[in-house]
Amino acid sequence: MNWKPNTFSKFANDANVRGVFFQVVLIATLVFFFFWLTDNTLTNLSNQGKSLGFAFLSGTAGFQISQTFGTWLFDYQVGTSTYLDVYFIGIANTLLVAVLGIVAATVIGFTLGIMRLSNNIVFRAFATTYIEMLRNIPILLQLFFWYFAVLRSLPGKRDKLEIIPDLIGVNITGLYLPAPVPQEGFVYSVIAFALAILLTFGVKQYAKRVQAQTGKITPVFLIGTALVISIPLITFLATNSPLDWNTPEFKDSGPMLRRGYQSGSGMILVPELIAVWLALSLYTAAFIAEIVRAGILAVSQGQTEAASALGIRPNYTLRLVVIPQAMRVIIPPLTSQYLNITKNSSLAVAIAYPELVSVFAGTALNQVGKEIEMIFMMMMVYLTVSLLTAAFMNWYNDRVKLVER
Amino acid sequence: MDSKMIAVAALVIGAGAGFFIGKGNKEVVEVEKIVEKTVEAKQTSTLDAVRSKGFVQCGVSQGLPGFSNADDSGKWAGIDVDLCRAVAAAVFGSGDKVKFSPLSAKQRFTALSSGEVDILSRNTTWTMTRDTQLGLNFAGVNYYDGQGMMVPKSLGVKSAIELDGANICTNTGTTTELNITDYFRSNNMKFNLVAFEKADEVVAAYDSGRCDVYTTDRSGLAAQRTKLTKPDDHMVLPEIISKEPLGPVVRQGDDQWFNVVRWTLRALINAEEMGVTKANAASKASSSKDPALLRLLGKEGKFGEELGLSNDWALNAITAVGNYSESYEANVGPNTPLKLDRGVNALWSDGGILYAAPIR
Repeated sequence: MNWKPNTFSKFANDANVRGVFFQVVLIATLVFFFFWLTDNTLTNLSNQGKSLGFAFLSGTAGFQISQTFGTWLFDYQVGTSTYLDVYFIGIANTLLVAVLGIVAATVIGFTLGIMRLSNNIVFRAFATTYIEMLRNIPILLQLFFWYFAVLRSLPGKRDKLEIIPDLIGVNITGLYLPAPVPQEGFVYSVIAFALAILLTFGVKQYAKRVQAQTGKITPVFLIGTALVISIPLITFLATNSPLDWNTPEFKDSGPMLRRGYQSGSGMILVPELIAVWLALSLYTAAFIAEIVRAGILAVSQGQTEAASALGIRPNYTLRLVVIPQAMRVIIPPLTSQYLNITKNSSLAVAIAYPELVSVFAGTALNQVGKEIEMIFMMMMVYLTVSLLTAAFMNWYNDRVKLVER
Repeated sequence: MDSKMIAVAALVIGAGAGFFIGKGNKEVVEVEKIVEKTVEAKQTSTLDAVRSKGFVQCGVSQGLPGFSNADDSGKWAGIDVDLCRAVAAAVFGSGDKVKFSPLSAKQRFTALSSGEVDILSRNTTWTMTRDTQLGLNFAGVNYYDGQGMMVPKSLGVKSAIELDGANICTNTGTTTELNITDYFRSNNMKFNLVAFEKADEVVAAYDSGRCDVYTTDRSGLAAQRTKLTKPDDHMVLPEIISKEPLGPVVRQGDDQWFNVVRWTLRALINAEEMGVTKANAASKASSSKDPALLRLLGKEGKFGEELGLSNDWALNAITAVGNYSESYEANVGPNTPLKLDRGVNALWSDGGILYAAPIR
């Protein structure tokens, strides 16, 4: 029999050809999908008499924004500030609450995670109850709870609860603190502070070398702390204390409306910020606690025993043997929690904290109606912040992960 | 084999492009057909359509006390609802021949232009954009609203001009934040704005004392005040910082139906001016000697027929819901939970701005 294979069937049965064929189909479909999406959007927009463009950003924003970190940082003035300023204010307020939340959630989460492994039954029971309650209630409800719990428990606007008389006080309009007002020459203290930190790194390198050569351990932490405090302090005093404090001013006489803390005096943390911060950090701390517990449990008991067999003292065992090994388990899921804090901060729109979603995609969007551009700009912010956080955490993970030789 | 692969890729891309381009063109054609259909729907008479189905389909809010709100048994009440009942009575002689469609703010104009409802009576602000760009006509104003401010009485403030330095709560709305900022800027006063996403949270925050002032439309303030712990400890300031004329809307291009709705509203206002009420309308129609009154109630002239209705159209409307004043007092007036004074919504002869063209 003289059977000759058909060229087409030979071609069609080639695994390489098939692979390329389906890849091409997939890519073509995707390209056409996005082309169709963009084309449809543009057609529909032009039918509605709208166009795409970012020219609106230079327009003047004619509305007031709640006074917070962002309005202070960008010096928001109604009538002169633009929509771009509003965008930056939103970003600043979002980042502020994200950073505050990450720091607080980490501290509370690590504490709770260790408490849950404690031998003390009170600590253990507290941590277990906390974790199971908070991580099982939706964050939006917790946000409302903290906001209205905070509001209802604080004294009214014409009253105050003083934490440090005449310096720190709180009422329903916020937490009032003295605001630092740097005078001429304060920059030297800042430079001194930076130098002290650099010096501490030098001491750390030196201590490493000393330990490698002689085996002696230098108390780097104590020396570093002393340096970072003393050098800027001496500079500060030597330059004649160039820092004034603007203390909060409280009036309890005069017209009823003007009583209470005076605006423009001192520094204010609005209750919306406090509520968002509380809700985000307490909620996320519950998840971080479980991650920490998992990390510590992942280090086998044998490691501790081996360390003590080598004569390493118990506090060094925890710092040099257990925690570094626990960290490589902790870091990847911890990164996800940090990203969650940033993204969940957008829920703050519900309780009037002026973050990005509230001022830019809410109030500003209502004025200019550029939905596509504005939502796109907002998504880019969350994407950038999340990718940066992830990049940093991955870099840190590379440093702490198990190096296999 | 490489050249074959390129050929395959080119084929796939070509086929795909052809498919999508073809599809795109089809969609354009379909959209054009829909537009044509809408135009046709507009050209058929709404009054005939309403007559043949036997009731008026009325678009209302999803629940705004005093304006359009359904009670526990599902019965709708409010001044916007009364207007629909009056139109139904003018057409059919009975205020019950009406069905209500609760609509959200986003749905309302689409529901009207697609013919899903015959009248949109849903506290809708009459603006130039809406009147000129949406293919709709406003048949009049049944409530002159405006953005106002509410304060606790304990603040001792009598006017918004004293509010320099106040904390103000509001919800992010179409122009709420802009209006309040404009007011304070033009009076050279400072304030701090706390803007929530939804009205419920604004009420809770204001009630707990977070703010000195709550600002939104005055009718909204009156409705929200009923939700406060002690409604009587709060007052609405006299200043009105924006114009929000609310009124019924119909489709553009059907002048007959437009006239029916417009003149039904005017008949209710004229009835108040002439002292015709729900109770005395029938007796006045038979006993009065006043020619203006006789024309309104259909005993003189053929005004109803000119509208395409029966001559007792206004008498039926008034008998069904009462005159404007009766409807106002029953739904939003001082003896209702909303406690809204007539203010600018009084008759022109009483110091307000309600002025209905005469029936003659």
